[in-house]
Amino acid sequence: MTTEDRAHAAARRMRLFERYALLVVWALLILGFSIALPNSFPRWGNFSILFASYAPAALLALAIIIPLTSGDYDLSVGAVMTLSSCLIAVLNAWMGLPILLCLVLAVLAGVAVGLFHAFFIVYVRIPSLVVTLGSTSLISGIVQWFTKSSTIGGIDNALIMSVVGGRLFGVPYAFYYAFAAVVVLWYIFDYTPLGRRLLFVGRGREVARLNGIAVERVRVGALVASSVVASCAGILYAGVLGSADPYSGLNYLLPAFAAAFLGSTTIMPGRFNPWGAMVAVYFLGTGITGLTMLGIPLWVTNVFNGGALILAVTISQLTRGREAPDIG
Amino acid sequence: MTSGTADLQAAPGRVPPTLRLEGVSKTFRATRALDDVTVEVRPGEIHGLLGTNGSGKSTLIKILAGYHAPDPGGRLYFNGTEVSLPLAASDFRRLGMSFVHQNLGLLPSLTVLENLRLKQVALAPRVHLNWRRERAEAQAVLDRYGLDIPLWRRVDELSAVNRALLAIVRAFEEIREGCEASGRPGLVLLDEPTPFLPEEGVKRLFALMREIRATGSSVLFISHDIDEVMEITDRATILRDGRVSGDVETKTASHDDMIELIIGRSLGAAKARPETARTFAPGLSLKGLEGKGVAPLSIEIGEGEVIGLTGLIGAGYDLVPYLVFGATPATAGELVLDGRSLPLAAMTPARAIAENLALLPGDREAKSGVGSLSIADNMLLPDVSDWFRGGLLRNRAMRREAKRLGDAYEVRPNDPDRPLSSLSGGNAQKVLIARWIKRKPRLLLLDEPTQGVDVGTRARIFDAIAAEAAGGMSVLCASSDAEQLARICDRVLVFARGRVVRELTGAEVTKDHITQACYASLDRPDRSPT
Repeated sequence: MTTEDRAHAAARRMRLFERYALLVVWALLILGFSIALPNSFPRWGNFSILFASYAPAALLALAIIIPLTSGDYDLSVGAVMTLSSCLIAVLNAWMGLPILLCLVLAVLAGVAVGLFHAFFIVYVRIPSLVVTLGSTSLISGIVQWFTKSSTIGGIDNALIMSVVGGRLFGVPYAFYYAFAAVVVLWYIFDYTPLGRRLLFVGRGREVARLNGIAVERVRVGALVASSVVASCAGILYAGVLGSADPYSGLNYLLPAFAAAFLGSTTIMPGRFNPWGAMVAVYFLGTGITGLTMLGIPLWVTNVFNGGALILAVTISQLTRGREAPDIG
Repeated sequence: MTSGTADLQAAPGRVPPTLRLEGVSKTFRATRALDDVTVEVRPGEIHGLLGTNGSGKSTLIKILAGYHAPDPGGRLYFNGTEVSLPLAASDFRRLGMSFVHQNLGLLPSLTVLENLRLKQVALAPRVHLNWRRERAEAQAVLDRYGLDIPLWRRVDELSAVNRALLAIVRAFEEIREGCEASGRPGLVLLDEPTPFLPEEGVKRLFALMREIRATGSSVLFISHDIDEVMEITDRATILRDGRVSGDVETKTASHDDMIELIIGRSLGAAKARPETARTFAPGLSLKGLEGKGVAPLSIEIGEGEVIGLTGLIGAGYDLVPYLVFGATPATAGELVLDGRSLPLAAMTPARAIAENLALLPGDREAKSGVGSLSIADNMLLPDVSDWFRGGLLRNRAMRREAKRLGDAYEVRPNDPDRPLSSLSGGNAQKVLIARWIKRKPRLLLLDEPTQGVDVGTRARIFDAIAAEAAGGMSVLCASSDAEQLARICDRVLVFARGRVVRELTGAEVTKDHITQACYASLDRPDRSPT
């Protein structure tokens, strides 16, 4: 009995360690950079910029984990973010529409993209990977067409002010929008029947169907939600930059994916979870910021993001043992 | 067994049997699946292997396929040479055996050519594939057996018959080369290839088996169907409760001899249950239910009545629960309850649950529960909305409820936070049955509810069903396990070819009667035993 109790206690400690391991590694990373760059890295201003500039990436990671939980990939979130930010810039700066209307239209564009995905993925039954990979290129092309491949400045200052114009406890507003999204998603995932259904649809579609869950409606909802959250990321992105361009947003796809998977190894290991995704985004952001300040060339960023994605998926696979992965 | 080891040694000049299993036993924990079984297949012979579910047929096959290790002590001879047991997973092919399992093992999205030459195409050490040669060789194979199937067709576009024929030809081709090289006969094992084939297809299959026999190789034909075994085999071995109950020359045996060997006593000799049929208040009824594999079916289901649905494999009884629940679409029919008539063609699982029906599928892992999610979540899945109060899902209350149900259903270990996959099959089944019974359904639909479940859990599940039935829950239970049906059912409907061919009530609901009725269901005037 005592050995069993001890084994139980050990297992519990192991689980606890697993849940917070990433936070510990994050702290170590910050410590490491602070020792390497004692004059520039450990400054509040540095972190303040980090919190604001990675807020869109955090939203993207959240956009990704919604359909991942229900069993579909959405590779198009980077393109949708770009679409949304460029749409705001064109409608507001070039065509002079009021900024609030532009935001509404950007979100509606997200709904439209989500429905487009859902039609092909859920009703025509094409693999989500293929559909969203295709739509990434499709959307990027359209964005280049209506922006004439140029960077557009002059977005209404009201947007910029409400995203990065002020600070609360020393952190720009942008961070709090992402934070609020995490809280909402956490509530939906853990404290509503919808969250439970989403999970069952992702892990066992036939089980979900035979238990009366409207599997198709759940999947459509998840895909639309993903594109809408990605559009909101575009709003934040436009606000953070004060301008929009048709290219740079695409670079956020990989770190966001890496964060989604890395996040599934922490806080609630074995599940895509919003807190984990958020922590992972800022963990990766810290790494990239630190490396950049060390003067390491640009290519290292790509190596870092790509390596982190593969490592994250490997860790999540190892921690879950031989259980089937969420996505297969 | 008439021929023993002595025969082998006493007649050195005689051709040794192609396959000889001697004194093979297999024990799974407390149950003896095979008990000192000896089977001999002679060269150039079609040999039948018969027996009910649980008689040990599949265990025997799995030992030959290298999937199970038999208990120590058994011996295996192939063409007179002793082969050490247990076999490794790939040994059978090296020896000259090949298997055609019921699912045929073809790749449906590839062409006939690719399937036929799969081994050569996929495993060839060459870099370059000479398609012209592959095509010529594949065509030669098809010609040799007189199969008229275009090589370029995708296998999923073939008829069921052609698929079966293709699988058998491929199995035989796999060992033919080796057999020709060594000059020794091979053995093809056919595991229930016929239940889903039409009459004409069975004839073609038999012609193919005869051609294989003509080459000097042997076929081991595993089947439920006595008439087919009588028609095609030269000899047959019958298993009952893990032992060989008979070895017969098919020519000299009668249909009734076979049934007696399979079931243990002849038709009509079974003892009656000393009780008369109970009567039930009218509950709900199925009218004209029709779907793929099920001919129009009408059943009156009494309140609190437990009705068993059974038959031999392919009879369609196992499709009924899914059709009623809307899990697979029905083409016609209605469910009448409380004087309301619900069209079954429009039934969906969600609607069925709203009408308080419940379905416990046979495939636990793919259809019933999600192993990677917690016991509590799995148990309360259909009711998850009930736990959403004041804008929050009450996770703690759910856990408490799951714990309480786990105690009531003796789930061990009863920790609602653990994933469902951490439980044994029996305990997982308790969780899933608790999920539905706690809702007090009007009609509980079961498909093989105790498959892969230990004896103690079986009893617990039966008790739970009986207790709820006493409280007015009706049950439709599809099962091939006669013992289980006899234990829980008030009435048993025996299916053949999608129709009810026999109804057993009251005193007739016994294991033997049910088994007999299943075998009798195949009596067909057009194929009488010769």
